[in-house]
Amino acid sequence: MKGKKKTIGLVIYFILLMMPVYWMLNMSLRSNADILASFALYPKDITFMNYMNIFTDSSWYMGYVNAVIYVVMNTVISLTVALPAAYAFSRYQFVGDKQMFFWLLTNRMAPAAVFALPFFQLYSTIGLLDTHIAVALAHCLFNVPLAVWILEGFMSGVPREIDETAFIDGYSFPRFFITIFIPLIRAGVGVTAFFCFMFSWVELLLARTLTVTEAKPISAIMTRTISATGLDFGLLAAAGILTIVPGAMVIWFVRNHMAKGFALGRV
Amino acid sequence: MEKWPNNRAWLLVLPVFVIVAFSAIIPLMTVINYSVQDIFGPGQSVFVGTEWFREMLANDRLYEALWRQFLFSGLVLLIEMPLGILIALAMPKKGWGVPVCLVTIALPLLIPWNTIGTIWMIFTRPDIGLFGAGMNNLLGIPFDHTDNWLDAWITVMLMEVWHWTPLVVLLAYAGLRAIPEAYYQAARIDGASAWATFLYIQLPKMRGVLTIAFLLRFMDSFLIYAEPFVLTGGGPGNSTTFLSIYLVKIALLQFDLGPGGAFSLIYFVIVLLFSFIFYQALQRVGKGEKV
Repeated sequence: MKGKKKTIGLVIYFILLMMPVYWMLNMSLRSNADILASFALYPKDITFMNYMNIFTDSSWYMGYVNAVIYVVMNTVISLTVALPAAYAFSRYQFVGDKQMFFWLLTNRMAPAAVFALPFFQLYSTIGLLDTHIAVALAHCLFNVPLAVWILEGFMSGVPREIDETAFIDGYSFPRFFITIFIPLIRAGVGVTAFFCFMFSWVELLLARTLTVTEAKPISAIMTRTISATGLDFGLLAAAGILTIVPGAMVIWFVRNHMAKGFALGRV
Repeated sequence: MEKWPNNRAWLLVLPVFVIVAFSAIIPLMTVINYSVQDIFGPGQSVFVGTEWFREMLANDRLYEALWRQFLFSGLVLLIEMPLGILIALAMPKKGWGVPVCLVTIALPLLIPWNTIGTIWMIFTRPDIGLFGAGMNNLLGIPFDHTDNWLDAWITVMLMEVWHWTPLVVLLAYAGLRAIPEAYYQAARIDGASAWATFLYIQLPKMRGVLTIAFLLRFMDSFLIYAEPFVLTGGGPGNSTTFLSIYLVKIALLQFDLGPGGAFSLIYFVIVLLFSFIFYQALQRVGKGEKV
């Protein structure tokens, strides 16, 4: 009886969760004239015109490619630097460890709106403006601290006897870390990669500021749908739907990892 | 568990320090530099000391945006934390339902922030939106978030709850899954009610993840920009002009770097201060002083 109530509650929540997304999907399958002319709960004359517009125009679809490139770069960089640091925080006591940890977290607290301009100046000075690596590096500002934070939780759950045994057996630190330790927390690495991907993928302000044309992400290009004739809702909705696809794919691939990571991790 | 004292651990932290410092300290110094100067153009600036800070602290509209921001973040935490925990409790513990639930719940988190604004703009527009048109035509309740400040607030809150409750759910779920089955068995033997189990076992055990959820939700809701900007543009009037929207108005649109710099430092300090207080308080709750 109680289980049933829970399930009904969950189902209602999922319906509410999907409704706005469904609405955008509905819009994306209709032409703009149709959208403005009549109100319909589902598309009567399905058209893929909006999607065709995007897939045939390189200034549109390159936006997706650019975003995917810097997001993947950022995830790789964040994990590479965060793994050893998280190990240090979970295993060792050193001068300034607590202060360092809190300082890392403070970097999530700066209003990106104003840091955008200094970022622009900094990256144009070192000649990285409008490159994928610039956005990837800038996103490290908030993703690296988060990665350290999450990984540290997972690592603290691994008993230290494992480290001690490996060192007694004569493993060097890098060999132990890569061949024994990282496989032990791979669920944690999966969860962390998911969060890095997520926060880099959804960020707009820094990505928009640091790019001009070569590396401009799709979310910044979307503002172009406002033309002289007004807002093209169909095109905007199609572009929006397509920004959801990579994220949905990533969740699908890490779904079992996530379930396992969430079961093991102490985050 | 005692940690090994070893200062060579710094070598492992060094790459993180370098990469974060590069993106954090240099821009921060630049902002501090802006905030004490009056900049006319490239290479032309005058040192003005604390003038911008005094000007900003005497700015009534900044205070209005600040109270609005506190109200917003307060409501966000008040709604999302309990709702997130509730949904996490209702989620299945094993079987095929787990990945399905996780995938569905995580979806809003992976949508770019301005797409979120776009989704809700389309969803709530009184002419073409399911929600907006439904309110107006089906229920007969006049609803227009571009015209009425209360409707605008309701829309922004709905969007925010829709967007970010999943994060609380995921973290709370992770915390719940980490509780060993033995705890529940002990509770059953003692004949504890579901409420008692929640209060004395689940909630204390979730303290760590809920701290992360609370802090992340506080920081991110306090810094919210893209979603309300796309949805309402800060209007109608100034009713949804949150702190960062006002900041962008000053700093980038009017191109006043000095006041903008001073503003953002004040902003930063507020977030820092509150996060620190919450962090300390939440650390203390679980250690000895709990009910």
